[in-house]
Amino acid sequence: MSFVLVQVIVGGLLLGAVYALFSSGLTLVWGMMNIVNFAHGDFVMLGMYVAYVVFTLFGVGPLAGAPLATLVLATLGIVVYFGLIRDIMKGPMLAQILGTFGLALLLRYSVFWWFGANFLSLPQNIVGGTFAFWGLRIEASRLLAGVVALLVTLGLHLLLTRTSLGSKMLAVAEDATAAQLMGIRPDTMQAVAWAIAAGATGLAGALIATFFYIVPTVGETLGIVAFVTVSLGGFGSVPGALVAGLLIGVIESLSGYLIGAVYKDIVVYALFLSFLWFRPQGLMGKT
Amino acid sequence: MRFKGMLGLLSAAAMSVALAGGALAQDKTVKIGAIFPLSGNAASAGVHAKAAIEVAIDIINNAHPELGNFPLAKNAGLAGLGGAKVEVVFADNQGSPATGQNQALRLITEEKVVALTGAYQSGITLTASAIAEKYGIPFVNGESVASNLTERGFKWFFRTTPIATDFAKVYYEFLTDMKAAGAKTDTVALVHDNTEYGSSVANVITTVFKEKGMAAPIDVAYPANSTDIQSQVLTLKEKKPDVVLMVTYTSDAILFAKTMQAQDYKPPMLLADDAGYSDPSFLKAVGKISQGAFNRSSWSVGAAGSTTAIIADLYKKKSGDEMDDTAAREMQGFFVLMEAIDRAGSTEPAKIQAALKATDLKPNQLMMGYRGVKFDDKGQNVLASGIIIQLQDGENYVAVWPKDGAEKTPVLPYKGW
Repeated sequence: MSFVLVQVIVGGLLLGAVYALFSSGLTLVWGMMNIVNFAHGDFVMLGMYVAYVVFTLFGVGPLAGAPLATLVLATLGIVVYFGLIRDIMKGPMLAQILGTFGLALLLRYSVFWWFGANFLSLPQNIVGGTFAFWGLRIEASRLLAGVVALLVTLGLHLLLTRTSLGSKMLAVAEDATAAQLMGIRPDTMQAVAWAIAAGATGLAGALIATFFYIVPTVGETLGIVAFVTVSLGGFGSVPGALVAGLLIGVIESLSGYLIGAVYKDIVVYALFLSFLWFRPQGLMGKT
Repeated sequence: MRFKGMLGLLSAAAMSVALAGGALAQDKTVKIGAIFPLSGNAASAGVHAKAAIEVAIDIINNAHPELGNFPLAKNAGLAGLGGAKVEVVFADNQGSPATGQNQALRLITEEKVVALTGAYQSGITLTASAIAEKYGIPFVNGESVASNLTERGFKWFFRTTPIATDFAKVYYEFLTDMKAAGAKTDTVALVHDNTEYGSSVANVITTVFKEKGMAAPIDVAYPANSTDIQSQVLTLKEKKPDVVLMVTYTSDAILFAKTMQAQDYKPPMLLADDAGYSDPSFLKAVGKISQGAFNRSSWSVGAAGSTTAIIADLYKKKSGDEMDDTAAREMQGFFVLMEAIDRAGSTEPAKIQAALKATDLKPNQLMMGYRGVKFDDKGQNVLASGIIIQLQDGENYVAVWPKDGAEKTPVLPYKGW
């Protein structure tokens, strides 16, 4: 019994780390530009497909797939920024929402058209199988995703707080006009933010692909979790997303095991709403 | 998701305007509406369903003498309507009961279809057929298995597939036979999602098992399209049931297979209720780690050159995948509808309804292994039946039960990977 409970908690932590990983990109864009990227889940999906294509073409795992997915998605991030975001930011709120929503559908159904509706999957042992010790079983693929999630979150946090690039980005986020007067180009900074955010998301997708099924609509399943994680963690707070992700993962696993899986979402979202009631800015968000 | 609805409505409106313009040009066609999940999480099943219907259209509209006496195959078009061609308008239910209902309304009022088929998910068939009932348009369903669909007193709803009560009996008899052969089948865990399909089938199985004097199955319910199902697998691992019965759609079935391997959990016997386990993409994704899984089916390819083998071949050419039970049942449902229209010699809904009520197809007129097609007052096919198949090599299912008609003997225990 106790072993199973430990396994449930460990599983929840690993799941939560993955939630954190694919939420960090969303929180970055949200925090910097006040843009809700509805295409975020579909960016994850694209990362998964890049990993899949790399595997089918070269027979290699995430070692090659993850960097490539990061690169491809970072490029896409820049393209999306200059092609869409920069212009719709000037428009009304509704245009911003519908713009990224349209992008989500465009990406989803392009993949749908190209790859078909079939569920795809990478081989189960693509990242070295499963570790078994003390009666616990941990999938190497989930462990890898969890560790990378921690590193990426830490890296993003350091980038934002310790580097001049990060300071410039935050300056643009605070007041774009003032930043421009100081010689910072808001355009460039925001494009960089999109590249970083999309890149991190692509990386997340490539890692998630090692243990999850791949299908054009997978972004729908994952996207909602990302939004909840980001708002619980605090809009724009990268460490907040990490803590929130872990919290949601563990609560989901525990309530799924102890009360029943059908009720786990009720538990998670009831806690989530009551928390926001007391602290609407989220765990680590600024008021 | 309000925006999605709005967007869907706009595009649906645009499409119907475009399509209505084109339809006026042709006269001798019979227009049928088909609602399937062409996008959303069940799109894989929907796309295969569409391919199956398209093959059926080809068989009906063109001469296929190689299919022998298979109804509607020999000559081009529908003989009863002077060789009229069938035209199918496909509509996407997006995996949502509300969308399915809107699409049914659009097909009936805008496209003026004379009959409907679909809509894969039981919960969507439920809402879409309610619209058909209201407008007095025949709705023939070949694949949704929730029992309540034919318990609503509908006059325009007909269903060809065996349903949950039929399967529950098949499972009971199969397990009894396996027990007689020495397998342990005392405790059964019933893993199912919380959709109309999952919960209603689980409910019926529990009731039938109890009636037959078996212990009530351990109920393991979970929300459909989960991001994680580790806790359910751990529950199974802890309770150690002799048989795990899976009632799941494809996405969750894949996740279960992966998680079971990660947690090194193999039940002594795994029995699946069609759906996800029949999806060709399930077999491609995780067939190799699901070896030995039992599944129910009514479809069997049969010997080379047989009607079923030729149909399977046409289907493979169309879709690129092997024919699976779900696609085949959808196709059979469509053929039954078209046979009735042909026999009615009319596209008037009331005449089609009367012809459907009088349907009496024999096994040799079917592509499925049913004992025939004959509807009761509720619209349920009383001659529907099923067999048990097993994924012995991780690639293709073989028929293993009942003994007559079995290609191989059942292999135990569940091998997994």
